[in-house]
Amino acid sequence: MLEIKDLHASVEGNEILKGISLSIKKGEIHAVMGPNGSGKSTLAKILSGHPSYEATGGEILFEGKNLFDMDAEERSLSGIFMGFQYPVEVPGVNNAEFLRMAFNARRVRADEEEMDPLDFDELLSDKMKMLKMENKYKERSLNDGFSGGEKKKNEILQMAILDPKLAILDETDSGLDIDALRIVAEGVNSLRNENNALILITHYQRLLDYIKPDFVHVMHNGLIVKSGDKALAHELEAQGYDWVTAEN
Amino acid sequence: MSDEQSSVSDILEDNTYKYGFTTDVESETFAKGLDEDVVRRISKKKKEPQFMLDFRLKAFAKWKTMKAPKWPNVQYPSIDFQNISYYSAPKQKKVLESLDEVDPEVMRTFEKLGIPLDEQKKLANVAVDAVFDSVSVATTHKKKLMEVGIIFCPMSEALQEYPELVEQYLGTVVPVGDNFYSALNSAVFTDGSFVYIPPDTISPMEISTYFRINTEETGQFERTLIICAENSYVSYLEGCTAPQFDTNQLHAAVVELITLENAEIKYSTVQNWYAGDKETGKGGVYNFVTKRGKCQGNNSKISWTQVETGSAITWKYPSCILLGDNTSGEFYSVALTNGHMQADTGTKMIHIGKNTRSSIISKGISADHASNTYRGQVKVGKNATNARNYSQCDSMLVGDKSSAHTFPYIETANSSVQIEHEASTSKISEEQLFYFESRGISRENAIEAVISGFCKEVFKQLPMEFAVEAQKLLTLKLEDSVG
Repeated sequence: MLEIKDLHASVEGNEILKGISLSIKKGEIHAVMGPNGSGKSTLAKILSGHPSYEATGGEILFEGKNLFDMDAEERSLSGIFMGFQYPVEVPGVNNAEFLRMAFNARRVRADEEEMDPLDFDELLSDKMKMLKMENKYKERSLNDGFSGGEKKKNEILQMAILDPKLAILDETDSGLDIDALRIVAEGVNSLRNENNALILITHYQRLLDYIKPDFVHVMHNGLIVKSGDKALAHELEAQGYDWVTAEN
Repeated sequence: MSDEQSSVSDILEDNTYKYGFTTDVESETFAKGLDEDVVRRISKKKKEPQFMLDFRLKAFAKWKTMKAPKWPNVQYPSIDFQNISYYSAPKQKKVLESLDEVDPEVMRTFEKLGIPLDEQKKLANVAVDAVFDSVSVATTHKKKLMEVGIIFCPMSEALQEYPELVEQYLGTVVPVGDNFYSALNSAVFTDGSFVYIPPDTISPMEISTYFRINTEETGQFERTLIICAENSYVSYLEGCTAPQFDTNQLHAAVVELITLENAEIKYSTVQNWYAGDKETGKGGVYNFVTKRGKCQGNNSKISWTQVETGSAITWKYPSCILLGDNTSGEFYSVALTNGHMQADTGTKMIHIGKNTRSSIISKGISADHASNTYRGQVKVGKNATNARNYSQCDSMLVGDKSSAHTFPYIETANSSVQIEHEASTSKISEEQLFYFESRGISRENAIEAVISGFCKEVFKQLPMEFAVEAQKLLTLKLEDSVG
């Protein structure tokens, strides 16, 4: 589904990613871990098509298509979802309206009819129940004045509405208390099936107790320095990042 | 993908001012310059009654003693009033029997602007008075309105047909010497719209005037007078465009509204005069307008809604004089400035009667190098017991070279009043738009959503078609200013 080959990337002229290769198949969950500044979030930003992040070498193929030929809108419409670490606040834009716009943009792309507000409200209510979100979040402005945890829940709500083929969750666990973490993880798990894939970018292994990855990759200095299965995450937890970073 | 890109470039292309064309019609234009003789000639040309000439001469004498105001927060070189022509009219037969006699070029101009005037194509629910340069060229649905007693005609016609009504009300809201530009208008205005709604009448359709400047060095001075008698209601719309010239055109209009007991006037404007070159700031219309309404009868109401998207400089303060008891005034405004545009706009709410209410909702959007100023005054007289005002002024900045300013003035001589003022400033950012795009929502729709969210309290005051149009206009104007 996703093929990253020797990816190099820069931000404001500084090379952050120095040759990342990663292959992700349908149905898989990959966790990308690493200490702060290792390049995890840059990888996420590059995948989402953020204009301030520039890929300087290598390639990324999504379902065989060159990702660098697609802008952020196109990537989303093709089935890639980015769960942001710091979702932006948009005062004045109603959350439910925003979700419906995003949902219908996808429908229009698929040559389907747009869903009317009443039917959409039903769909939205279901998904919100699953995430134990109160109804008032429909009528509030998009992320405006939401707490850190509410913003993260709202990201997962968007993921649930858009039902992407590939979701990248960037530090979704940060800012969540233990109950919220469990609810979010259950939500993400319920969206899993054999046709979609998930990349979890995280600093801590605690999220991985709830969402079990098939593969764990450790990043350091813009490179993947170690890959393994779930056991690698536990080993990291026990020994700390020094264990892998010292070797490299 | 390629489809996507072409649609975006189409949008960008549309973004250039699409009303910038000129129409080649044979016009009769006075030589440039202004003196008492020009004022007399305008009046004579229009075969006006004596009172009108006296009114003009009084205004002209007053104007000569006045100076252009320097207090607005806008910069422009001083205007040479002798370098402007004060009368320009498309040549036509003496009296128009029907629309067929209007110059077909002029008809086509309005059609191109989306205002078809001929009988087959005219807008079904809107009566339109089309003003081309200084003269009204066509008014639709006049007969239908007349059936319920509503008078809707060009001001020049009203001076012939209903001189007593004009004499009774003209200048009662904006006196001849009110301010520099209104005095100039009172001396040299050439046309405009006149509306009279008789008692106990709800206008069966929207009434509108569409203003078009065509000639390069002509000033446009229209005069609009709307009188809404007891227990009546009218919703009035005004639209404006002008061709693209490197020089500046002066537009100095005066609008007066009068409501008698229990009457209501709702006045909406979408102003899209040419704003000058986006990069250099060259050209564009100087929009110096005096708009004022007087709630004369008890329980009457006047509501101003304006969407200001054009003009190099906008200087206008649609205001309400709340004279009767229990009267109310409203002001809803969206002012967008981009490129090198400057706007200093707002309102005045003058509370004189008891239990008077006013509310002010102002949304300023400023992009590129533009400057946007809200200036508002709430004044409560000593007899205005229990007067209330609520003001909300929000500014949105796009980019880091634009500016927003808010100057609220509050003055009260009565201790029983309640006045509230709220203000905020926000930014539309590249990060916000990226967030939308990363959810598969186009940049255009993203800007539209953010802007309409910001402006929604104002847009919901506009008639439906106008609201959609206004929203599109703002989105197009901002498309390449963001990011």
